[in-house]
Amino acid sequence: MDLLIHHFFELTITGLAIGAVYSLVALGYTLVYGVLRLINFAHSEVFMWGTFGAVWVLTALGAGQASGAGVFGYLIIGFAAAMLVSAVVAMLLEYVAYRPLRKRNAPPLVALISAIGASFVLSELMGLRDKVATWFGLETTLADYVGRPRENAVMPSLVDSHTVFQLGDYGVKNIDIIVFVSALVMMVVLDQFVRRTRLGRGIRAVAQDPESAALMGVNRDRVIRLTFLVGGIMAGGAAMLYLLKIGVTRYNAGFILGVKAFTAAVLGGIGNVRGALLGGLVLGVAENYGSALVGTQWKDVVAFLLLIVILLFRPTGLLGESLGKARA
Amino acid sequence: MPDTTPATDTQVDSTGPATGEGASARRLLEVDDVTLRFGGVVALNEVSFHINEGEILGLIGPNGAGKTTCFNVMTGVYQPTSGGVRFQGEPLGRRKKHEITRLGIARTFQNIRLFGTMTALENVLVGADAHHTTGVGSAVLRLPKHRREEKEGYERARELLKFMGLSKRANELARNLSYGDQRRLEIARALATDPTLLCLDEPAAGFNPAEKARLMELIRTIRDQGYTVLLIEHDMRLVMGVTDRIVVLKSARKFAEALPAEIRDNPAVIAAYLGVDENAS
Amino acid sequence: MSAVTDFFHGFRGRVAGLPKPVRIVLLVVAALLVYLLPILNPPFITTTDSDFASVLFSCSVYALVALGLNVVIGYAGLLDLGYVGFFAIGAYAVGVFGSAHGTLPWLLCVPLAIIFAMVSGILLGAPTLRVRGDYLAIVTLGFGEIIRLVLLNSAWLGAAAGISNVPSPTGPALFSIPHLDWSGGAPVVDLSTTTTVLEFGVRDATPFYWLALTVVIIVIFIDRLMQNSRVGRAWEATREDEDAAELMGVPTFRFKLLAFAIGACIGGLSGSLFAARQGFLNPDNFTILYSVLFVAMVVVGGQGNRWGVISAAFLLTWLPEKFRFLSEERYLLFGLALMALAIFRPQGLLPPRRAVRAIESEEEIEALEEGTAHA
Repeated sequence: MDLLIHHFFELTITGLAIGAVYSLVALGYTLVYGVLRLINFAHSEVFMWGTFGAVWVLTALGAGQASGAGVFGYLIIGFAAAMLVSAVVAMLLEYVAYRPLRKRNAPPLVALISAIGASFVLSELMGLRDKVATWFGLETTLADYVGRPRENAVMPSLVDSHTVFQLGDYGVKNIDIIVFVSALVMMVVLDQFVRRTRLGRGIRAVAQDPESAALMGVNRDRVIRLTFLVGGIMAGGAAMLYLLKIGVTRYNAGFILGVKAFTAAVLGGIGNVRGALLGGLVLGVAENYGSALVGTQWKDVVAFLLLIVILLFRPTGLLGESLGKARA
Repeated sequence: MPDTTPATDTQVDSTGPATGEGASARRLLEVDDVTLRFGGVVALNEVSFHINEGEILGLIGPNGAGKTTCFNVMTGVYQPTSGGVRFQGEPLGRRKKHEITRLGIARTFQNIRLFGTMTALENVLVGADAHHTTGVGSAVLRLPKHRREEKEGYERARELLKFMGLSKRANELARNLSYGDQRRLEIARALATDPTLLCLDEPAAGFNPAEKARLMELIRTIRDQGYTVLLIEHDMRLVMGVTDRIVVLKSARKFAEALPAEIRDNPAVIAAYLGVDENAS
Repeated sequence: MSAVTDFFHGFRGRVAGLPKPVRIVLLVVAALLVYLLPILNPPFITTTDSDFASVLFSCSVYALVALGLNVVIGYAGLLDLGYVGFFAIGAYAVGVFGSAHGTLPWLLCVPLAIIFAMVSGILLGAPTLRVRGDYLAIVTLGFGEIIRLVLLNSAWLGAAAGISNVPSPTGPALFSIPHLDWSGGAPVVDLSTTTTVLEFGVRDATPFYWLALTVVIIVIFIDRLMQNSRVGRAWEATREDEDAAELMGVPTFRFKLLAFAIGACIGGLSGSLFAARQGFLNPDNFTILYSVLFVAMVVVGGQGNRWGVISAAFLLTWLPEKFRFLSEERYLLFGLALMALAIFRPQGLLPPRRAVRAIESEEEIEALEEGTAHA
């Protein structure tokens, strides 16, 4: 309890920062679930590939030496690289793993199996990238990027961590602020997109009632592709922020983050964009508080327990709608 | 077209004798002032009617009037927002669906809901299991209770399949049966639960006239065997031909309640149905 | 592919048509052959890079897991992504009561393993089975991970180092059976490689394999008894259309919980068997990867088909051993296989044969009726 009180501000601020990352990834889960009623198991790998996209591009450009305005430029490039890679992976995923199943009207369990398979393929391709490179004869040219595939890949350091202002006796770090604010901006943009644009309304229409949406002329396939694209872009953004905060990535970095992000989505109310935001932040902070109370090694257990408790007492999530659907 | 539904309850209300009606007829089921709201939608609005033991009651009305919703409230799928349902004098309360089935209310579905990957026989057996209590222990040890219940269930299922003319199809998967056979199988399955009240939701949908005639016979035979039947149907000829009394629902309210002949000649009811179901659907 | 399954169904149909005594003899002979696999060492089936008996033992343990999970996913239609949790509880029960905090012999630990697994199954199922299907998948996933994390972080349970000196079954050393050696092309009796019946030692996995296989056979019988009864019908109806089932008088929640509990029991049992040969246990044996693998076995095999899931379990355990040279790419291939299966053959290798089962249960009923006629 002491730990919690003494480090309250630190726990809260850092929790909000990592929670913002969870929220961004959660958006991908919640959007796809809303539109397809599918848990996109492989979304965690979309995120992971985004991290590598940023790491590779920035390493290739020698970003570690930058300073001043150069840093800002590299940040933009990093975001762009991560978002691009994530978006591409997400679209590929939709095309290869899910669309064929939709065409055959496959039951949800089968789609989940495909999702799990895709998740393995994507993470293993990254984990075996040295072998994959040899298939194309590129193992020497790309040695820096594909060597030691099962270990951490280090992100070139762009921003030196320093305190921006004091909150009690905790110095709030610039990185946490950057992460939190960037995530918030991205989420506001997405929220506006979903609410105000025609494409965004299409997503909401298909999520609420696919048949009526089709009758209104909404092209379901296009909406689904768009959903994956948007989810991918958000995951890419999360990837860059994750790298700023954590500094390293690896082939299985997606897994635990994915589960937590999914927890956040469910926590906030699956299918609900603002719910994903709230869920992520709540999870990030709750995790920190929990680990202060029972020890850091139990941090992940806190996340899972929170998930189970939420599902038991409020299965629709914090901001979710009523589950009661007319049946029989 | 202006809505000419009277604001208060109907002007056609029969209190004359009909089959089952009369001082000695017991009320099997009573729907008391049931209102059901979903969010902003009122699916049922202060609906009240009753079913007498041994009668065949018809429940008719335009699409969306609330007929299937009534079934759903009676079988425990929905809890009414206000009002309640009483079965054999006892309020249903918050009983679960399977408990209500065991009390004696069984139903079929508007869109056939058989267990597609199970055989016809197995479907009916599931219904027969409604009153069984064999658990895992009895089953694995093949205790006498299991044997007895399996035998009873199997005999009952075979009888019902024969009654419905489905004996030859007993071991076929339900989803491979013809449409007509599927509808009949649903009735067999419902009867297997040994109900007192059998609720049929548009059992004649998609039938040709010959099949409808056979269905009418079937319904009468079912009633003659001691069951009470509540029938939702759109085909007026069928309804007029087989029911003892009719309740008309419109826009979530009870619109009329009378004998078939009285309903048929009632201009307000006809207006409500104009061009829709005067001719058999 | 369908030609293969048609052949299989046709074969089974013809076998089902044979008179009962003949069928029993055939079954016994087939069973005997399976038991004698490590002794007979047939050329293409045996695994050269790893101990054949060990592989067969693993196959049997995972076949048991597949059977248990088949009840949950295949019969009752509940998506459980955390089955490894029950497996772990069973294994660690043996470890705890037999080594870390007790000295019970392996055999006495088994009922404890089953009980602990069952209780956790009920505790997990009671609140969560009311929740929508997709959510159940995530909750069970969380459960599996929680179990692993608890095992990893509890000093009382050995933490990361785990538990060592896990007891094995003990038995009297009876006679020895020599193996067959096919390296020369023709079978030759090899007196230097022998299996001593009922000797559960480190050297030879064969008695373990026989133990596991026997348990699998017993569970297959129990499974059959459950399926051909009100219980099996209730599960199937619930899986097909839960609301309609409930409206036909099936207390669906109770049966879902039952499926979950039985699945947990079998999971715990298989965990205790796993522990029998392990010697030492640590949390790395029980990761989410295994839960996914278990689900894959059930889906690949054809959920609801007990022989399908057993075959899939054997296949998925044996293939990586047979093709050891591909071991690094193992998970990649696994992922590709899952995707291919989902897209091209979602019903699994052997989808359930309802018609055959229907005939079987009809025979059983007729036998019952004849029995009563004599009474």
